[in-house]
This record gives sequence, structure tokens and C-alpha cells, in this order.
Amino acid sequence: MMGSLPPAAVMILGAVLVPFLRGRLRTAYLLALPLAGLALVLSVGDAEFGRATLFGQELTLVRIDGLSRLFGWLFHIAAFIGLVFALRSRSRIESPVALVYAGAAVGAVQAGDLVTLFVFWEILAVSSVFLIWARTGERSFRAGMRYLIVQIGSGALLLAGILVHANATGSVAFGDIGLDSPGGLAIMLAFGVKAAFPMLHTWLTDAYPESTYSGTVFLSAFTTKVAVYALARGFAGEEALVWIGAAMTSFPIFYAVIENDLRRVLGYSMINQLGFMVCGIGIGTELAVNGAVAHAFNDVLFKGLLFMSMGAVLYRTGNINGSDLGGLYKSMPKTAGLCMVGAASISAFPLFSGFVSKSLVMGAALYEGYNVVWLMLLFASAGVFHHAGIKIPFFAFFAHDSGIRVKEAPNSMLIAMTIAAALSMVNGVWPTLLLYPNLPYEVTYQPFTSAHIISQLQILFFSALAFCGLKLTGLYPPELRSVNLDVDWVVRRPLNRLAIALGRAGKTMDVQLRPAVHGLVRRTVRGAFVAHGPRGVLARSWPAGSTVLWVAILLAAFLLIQFL
Amino acid sequence: MGTQHPDGSRDHGSAEGVHDDKPGIFDNPRNVRRVIFGLYAACAVVFVLDIVSWFQARAGVPELRHPDSGMDGLPGFYAFYGFVACVLLVLAAREMRKILMRREEYYDDG
Repeated sequence: MMGSLPPAAVMILGAVLVPFLRGRLRTAYLLALPLAGLALVLSVGDAEFGRATLFGQELTLVRIDGLSRLFGWLFHIAAFIGLVFALRSRSRIESPVALVYAGAAVGAVQAGDLVTLFVFWEILAVSSVFLIWARTGERSFRAGMRYLIVQIGSGALLLAGILVHANATGSVAFGDIGLDSPGGLAIMLAFGVKAAFPMLHTWLTDAYPESTYSGTVFLSAFTTKVAVYALARGFAGEEALVWIGAAMTSFPIFYAVIENDLRRVLGYSMINQLGFMVCGIGIGTELAVNGAVAHAFNDVLFKGLLFMSMGAVLYRTGNINGSDLGGLYKSMPKTAGLCMVGAASISAFPLFSGFVSKSLVMGAALYEGYNVVWLMLLFASAGVFHHAGIKIPFFAFFAHDSGIRVKEAPNSMLIAMTIAAALSMVNGVWPTLLLYPNLPYEVTYQPFTSAHIISQLQILFFSALAFCGLKLTGLYPPELRSVNLDVDWVVRRPLNRLAIALGRAGKTMDVQLRPAVHGLVRRTVRGAFVAHGPRGVLARSWPAGSTVLWVAILLAAFLLIQFL
Repeated sequence: MGTQHPDGSRDHGSAEGVHDDKPGIFDNPRNVRRVIFGLYAACAVVFVLDIVSWFQARAGVPELRHPDSGMDGLPGFYAFYGFVACVLLVLAAREMRKILMRREEYYDDG
């Protein structure tokens, strides 16, 4: 396949023209780009091309195989849906930036080597932050800054890991890396930051809800799924991931129950869903990796759908707090219905998409004897129905009538949501059509057994019963305007205060020490003149060997400081 | 009402007068009770189905239940687990609020 354009280039380079277009032409062009990219991906099929040599390293720009195939399709579909949803956006930069972002995601999952991966990894970070800043205002600016620092940090970690890895193995090929290989830990942590590992997750729940009503839809699709792909490529079967994933499924649901901002609830629920994928990758069997990939595919669609429905609510009402909404089913019945399709999909109702992909991971956990993990995943499954399946639609569209009366979401938004809902249902009803045949490994799993359906329905109905009972008895915590502290508190409060205090102390010291230091400098200069001046000791010529020695010592010190 | 852009948008369109505030179906408490009753019925049905399949499995129709005969093989395991998990989840989250909840502007004046 020599000479074919890398699929990522279609959206990235295509985005350059967008700012020069207006009106219908702009719309048509915007929507044509992801479709053209998808057509290109489909036409090249499974392939490797774009080989180049850089500094003696073999690079492969594009590698489409069993593992990266579905991700490539998915990101084009997600970009298309997001762009349709964002047609009403007033921001002129949002759509072109989203195209670059989506293109970078395609490039990252199709990268055949770590250097190419790193380049797209950085484009992902830098392009996506503009989707947060597109909201404008102090709040989103600061959230975007915090987000960018973490994302760039992930990139730096990745680069460090790649350098160590390449130095030790002599190759930058992106295949199985493993925790034990040199640089493996740094690379996994870099992936882990973007995959929102526990304690490294707050950038997601902090920044995503601060984006525009449409920006969050793009954000939810790409970064974390690229990370899931990267983990699957480099660290499948790494047992630590089983436990990390299980923790990710469990802890966010507590936050999701008490969070008021409904898009932040979805942020926590994203981590929960990512947990299933990470866990599947950690288990590492064919069934489990299939499950991780299938769930990533479905999650982008149903989580996108949920974010779109909440985006539509935000667009119409200007508010997304559970405490202020309610009763919107009267004004926005279609949005409410589509939201509930997303809710049913994420909750893994039979015939909706989560059912056919989450069960692959859970089945694998059981087969491999991870009983505790399986119980955690089951707990998380009940919890996800509770907070994403019930809470989101309930507090936005039902609950008590907030008295807010608005128009139904605009048609462009309804169309975008309908596409996502339709794909979720196709995958849920007929997984053997699109999803299962294109997974990395052959699927022998049969999701629609009566045992599976009955057990899943029990989990769901009795979770709903618990919600109902808690609500009727008044035990359910009410939606309150509030923020809940997460681990980023450590950075945003004590460390922040410490930095400010240090800055102040530094300033005081500066004022007091400046005269003394000036004096010292003056004396040093005088001394230097004596030593280095026309007749100075150090002005004599020295052998090259000692210079090299000094340079080496300096470099060693520099390296040491870097590693500390 | 009015516009509140920079894109925590508020674009009502021209909603005023479009909705002459008809009562929605859930303004009628009877409909709410119907939904709740429907949920009770659904719980009962799947629970009974599970018990039936358990007896069938004992009578030798194994494919009706999971092949794994751990605790998930017990009748009503999933119902019990789902219910208890959610109650504990919510009660724990209530307690978490006491420690973690701050007013909305907490970080703004940092």
C-alpha cells in the first residue's frame, strides 16, 4: 500500500481549510471530512504503510490490524456525530479543533511505532484543550490550564519511557511492552494518566464538564479511548491492570451519586466504564481483550449520546445542575427518550449495547478465576445503572418539575443523538453484524443466554427497586449545589497555598537579601577579573582532556538532577 | 429568561407561548404509582424466573443457568446483590458527603 495518504491526515489537514469557509459550504465540508477519512480507512483495510527512517529508527506511520481496526472506524464515526451535534456552535474554532483532535486520535491508534504515537499523543493534548477554552471565561480557562499541565505531563512521561525503552531494546516499534521492560513503567503511567487511572483521574472530572455543551462530546470520545487502545497494545495481560481497572469501576460511582453537575456525573461514570476496559486488558485473554475493545466502541457511542443529551439540556436551559433541573420531559421529550436509550445502553440492558460488550469482560473475569474482581465489577454494574442509568435521566427530565420550559433540542442535535442511539441499538440487538466480526479475536461468546438475561435483569430491576425505595423513604441524598473534594484537592489547596506562601517568602527574602547579593556579585566580578583577566590564572590554555572531564561532570550532575 | 451565551448556552429559541403548560403524564400521581407498580411487577417476574430456572437446573437442564456453580448459582443471588449493593452505595455516599462536600464556590476564591 505505498503512496496512500495516512487516514489521520484527512481530518488534520482538512481542518486547515475550515476557518475560510462559511455557511452551507462549511457545513458540508465539515461533515464530509470524517466520512472521507472513514472511506479511506475502509478502503485500505488491514495494512501497514508509511515507512520512514528517522535517526536510524524504523517508523511506521500507519498500521491497521485487528486491534486498531475498530478504533479507527470508531473515531471517524464519533467525529461525524460530534460535528453534527456541534453545528449550532457559535465558536469558530471548535469544529476545526475537534477535527484535528479526532485526526490525532486516529493517528495515535494507527501508529506503528512509539515515536509516531508520541507525536499524535501531544497533538491530542494540545488540540483538545481548545475545546475546554472554547467555553471562554476564567473558570474554563483555569480548568483548561490544569488539564493541559496533566496532559503534557503524560506526554513527557511517555517520551522519557520511550527513550529508555528504545535505548535498551534498540527499537521503537509499538508492540507488547510489558511492565518489566525498561521504560515500561513510565510508558504505562503515561497511558494511565490519559486512561484516568485512580488518583490520576481528576483532570477528567475537573475539565470535561467545563467545556462547551458540544465540546464535551468530542472530549469524551477520543483521549481516554486512545489510552485504552495503547494499554491493550502494550500491556495486555499485565495483572496490575486487573486491579487498577476494578478500582476504576468502583470508586467513581460513589462520587457520581453525590455529584450535582450532571455532566460531571457522566465524567465519573466514564472512569467507571474505562475501568471495565482496563480490567479486560489486564486479564488479557482473547475474550477479555475482545471485551475491552468492544466496550470501548460501545462506550464512545452511548457515553457520547448521554453527553449530547446533557449538552442539549445545557444548550436550551443554560444549566446542568441536578438541583435546578427536572420535569424537562415535557419540553424536551425527544431528548429525554434518546437520553434513556443511552442510559439503557450504559446500564447494559439486554438488547442495548453495553450488554453485549460488558459481559465479555465480566465473563472473562469469572473464567479466569478473578472472583473478587468479578464481585467488584458486578457492584459497579449495579452502581452504573443507579447513577448513569437512573440518576441522569431522572434528575434532568423527571423528578420534581423545575418549571423550566424550553423548546425541544434543535434538529441537528436530535439527528446526532439519533445516529448514536441507532448504532447503540444495532450493536445491542445484532452484535454479530458490525461489532463481533471486527474484534481482535474470534468471538465464540454467546451473550443472549436465558441465564445471562435473567441475571442481568435481576441486577437492574433490583437496583432500580433500591433507588425507588431510597427515594420514597427520603434516604436518597438530595441534589445540592456543591463541589465534592477529590484527590486534586491536594494540588488545588494545600500545595497551591504552599506555592503561594513560598512565593511570598521568596519575595521577602529577595527584598532583604538583594543588597548583600549585589555586593557579592560585585566582589565576584572583581575576583574573576583577577583570575580570568589578561594576566589571570584561568586565562591560561588548558588541555582538552580536562575540559572534557569537566563537561562530563556537569552532564552527570545534570542527569542526576533530572532523575531526582 | 434571555440569552446567557459563552457557551454554557441558553438558547430557548422562541419558547415563550409555545408550551401552554399542559400537565405532563407524571403530574398525575396515579401514573407515577403505575410506573412504580410496574417496577415491582418486573422485579417479581425476573425473581420468579430465576427460581424456576434454578429448579430446572437441579432437574438437569444446566444451560438455563451459568455453568459456574459459585455463589452466582444461588437462586436470587443477582437480585439480592443488586439491591444490597445499591443501598450500601447510596448510604456510603451520604456519609462521604459529610467529609467531602463544600460550597459551590469553594475553589473559586483560592
